[in-house]
Amino acid sequence: YLSNTSTLSTKMAKSFPEEVLEHVFSFITSDSDRNAVSLVCKSWYEIERWCRKRVFVGNCYAVSPRILTRRFPEVRSVEIKGKPHFADFNLVPEGWGGCVYPWISAMAGAYPWLEEIRLKRMVVSDEALELISTSFCNFKVLVLSSCEGFSTDGLASIAANCRELRVLDLRESEVDDLSGHWLSHFPDTWTSLVSLNIACLGSEVSFSALERLVARSPNLRTLRLNRAVSLEKLHNLLCRAPQLVEFGTGAYSSELRPDVFSNLAGAFSGCKQLKGLSGFWDVVPAYLPAIYLTCSGLTSLNLSYATIQSPDLVKLVSQCHNLQRLWVLDYIEDIGLDALAASCKHLQELRVFPSDPYVVDPNVSLTERGLVAVSEGCPKLQSVLYFCRQMSNAALVAIARNRPNLVCFRLCIIEPRAPDYLTLEPLDAGFGAIVEHCKELRRLSLSGLLTDRVFEYIGTRGRKLEMLSIAFAGESDLGLHHVLSGCESLRKLEIRDCPFGDKALLANAAKLETMRSLWMSSCSVSFGACKLLGQKLPRLNVEVIDERGSPDSRPESCPVEKLYIYRTVAGPRVDMPPFVWTIDEDAALRV
Amino acid sequence: MEMERQNDLNLKATELRLGLPGSDEQPEKRNNKRASSEMDNSSDGEKGDQECAPPTKTQVVGWPPIRSYRKNVIHAKKTEADAAGMYVKVSMDGAPYLRKVDLKVYKSYPELLKALQNMFKCTIGVYSEREGYNGSEFAPTYEDKDGDWMLVGDVPWEMFSTSCKRLRIMKGSEAKGLGCL
Repeated sequence: YLSNTSTLSTKMAKSFPEEVLEHVFSFITSDSDRNAVSLVCKSWYEIERWCRKRVFVGNCYAVSPRILTRRFPEVRSVEIKGKPHFADFNLVPEGWGGCVYPWISAMAGAYPWLEEIRLKRMVVSDEALELISTSFCNFKVLVLSSCEGFSTDGLASIAANCRELRVLDLRESEVDDLSGHWLSHFPDTWTSLVSLNIACLGSEVSFSALERLVARSPNLRTLRLNRAVSLEKLHNLLCRAPQLVEFGTGAYSSELRPDVFSNLAGAFSGCKQLKGLSGFWDVVPAYLPAIYLTCSGLTSLNLSYATIQSPDLVKLVSQCHNLQRLWVLDYIEDIGLDALAASCKHLQELRVFPSDPYVVDPNVSLTERGLVAVSEGCPKLQSVLYFCRQMSNAALVAIARNRPNLVCFRLCIIEPRAPDYLTLEPLDAGFGAIVEHCKELRRLSLSGLLTDRVFEYIGTRGRKLEMLSIAFAGESDLGLHHVLSGCESLRKLEIRDCPFGDKALLANAAKLETMRSLWMSSCSVSFGACKLLGQKLPRLNVEVIDERGSPDSRPESCPVEKLYIYRTVAGPRVDMPPFVWTIDEDAALRV
Repeated sequence: MEMERQNDLNLKATELRLGLPGSDEQPEKRNNKRASSEMDNSSDGEKGDQECAPPTKTQVVGWPPIRSYRKNVIHAKKTEADAAGMYVKVSMDGAPYLRKVDLKVYKSYPELLKALQNMFKCTIGVYSEREGYNGSEFAPTYEDKDGDWMLVGDVPWEMFSTSCKRLRIMKGSEAKGLGCL
């Protein structure tokens, strides 16, 4: 039977000329579909690999540049992610890794026609940027998301050499900002700019260079300025780019002057395609009405730097009837969220950031009630990030019942281990309701007081859960065991400050090969257990990150500071800093 | 702020906070939970290396989970406000001229009252929720955002310092009237 089907598929494979299959495959764009296609048979694997144009590398250490370029010779677009997510919160020590240079170097040789590079949480040097700018004559898109390690000199190379550049997006990267002069390196003949995001830069760029750049870029759709661009100058740019779809202001403050206001309002009203606004540092409320005319068209609004109070926020948000995404500070308060729920029936994503997270007493009146109101009023709500100081099981149950279509739910109750403020019980039941009702939930972040029971709910009911973040939760290894033995779709698990140890990890070692990565810091996993895992599972890199010195200098039962385990086909890293150790097959400690 | 609690530890009898007398503050509860968790007993070098935490509120690395550029915005806003100072006029009954104090400089009531007593060479006495400043020569009062004259000490420090527009140190005889409310 088996040999019949294999000859059948071979016959089928051979009956279509390669060109036809290639043409068919060109309609298949999703990575997972492409991966599935490549598994059908050898010839499909070969055809697919020759025509794959876009590759996504979720963990830069899971595969090597050489393996990538050898398998896929015709790539035009690459996306690579480096450090684990908790690096965003300073939990990954400086110098851990994630350097992009080896990738650029390999691709410079293998992909002379490369057009797009998208990097997230990687260390990008000026040398890497210069190499990019000189290696790919058709280079079009550079997105550096939460990256670091480069300066404005590197940007100058990109500006000077990339004649076909369309997108330069530095979102949330840490740039060594030497001066704003780099922008002037874009040649006057360059007119292909579509998207520019320099919001993360500190220093002032030459405004006249910026003006000229905008004026000669008819395809410009996205422009996100940095704080240094003053309010009075905005109308100059907007008037030259009425076709803008997304715009980020600089500092939104100025002395109140009628001429500045009317210029600004006029300029905004001229941008008929505007769908997204951001920026708004240092907001002077009196200038907000300048954007009122754009509100009805807005689908995305990022006010997360706007330190304005609830009444001003409400006036703004209640006019944005088509809003799909809102990022805002907790100054919006419960009362503002009530207004949001009443006015924005198309809301899909809400993120509420804390204005003063380090004081114990609440500085604003934002509680669980606001989130419940939005969950009631906004039927399309699917993604939530919410910082608050109190929560109850009742509220979480209500949210879960109101919004079974939630896909991403991240709740951060600011005080670790805070119980249900009404009953003083753990929040197990509340989060249990979330995983039970929200059957499409893919991402979940927990907080508050939680016992092992919540993990039982998550393990059994979180069938589509792909990413789980846990902090200051659980009572014993049983909690971790519930998650690792359940959660069929789990790809990324990150844990900090939980009493999880060896037993659960060792009992579920095989699970780790089905996931992209596991991060555990300030938990109770012993070095001995790490050695066992490294030995048993050669296709995993078990990294011990410990700034106290070699784990060999302490008893094996001693818990490690941080643990990062990820599956890989590239073998152990060769670029580990002195505070990272990995375990060889013979359980030898490798630095 | 964290330091407020440290100062209050020295003045438990005159502790200024909202809440029924004898009710437990949250921090004590949280500390108990920490002690019973496995984690605290392990040789956890990380926290020890990071900072010396004040007893009631530990500053934890990477918590709450906020990106550093957001933290910088919050911090920058605070330092801006700090630099500006929060100067309010202080009058004292019978004094020939007014003074000014920067409320930002103080983190708690005891600090402020000590400074006022120094500045005006008077005794303000001890606060009690029931009696106000009864028994002392002077009582500190302030005008709040709504224009009402309030007794200093009833509300949490942060709330007071953001709503106080000016201070007036009232003479004992007038102050007694307040204390009886």
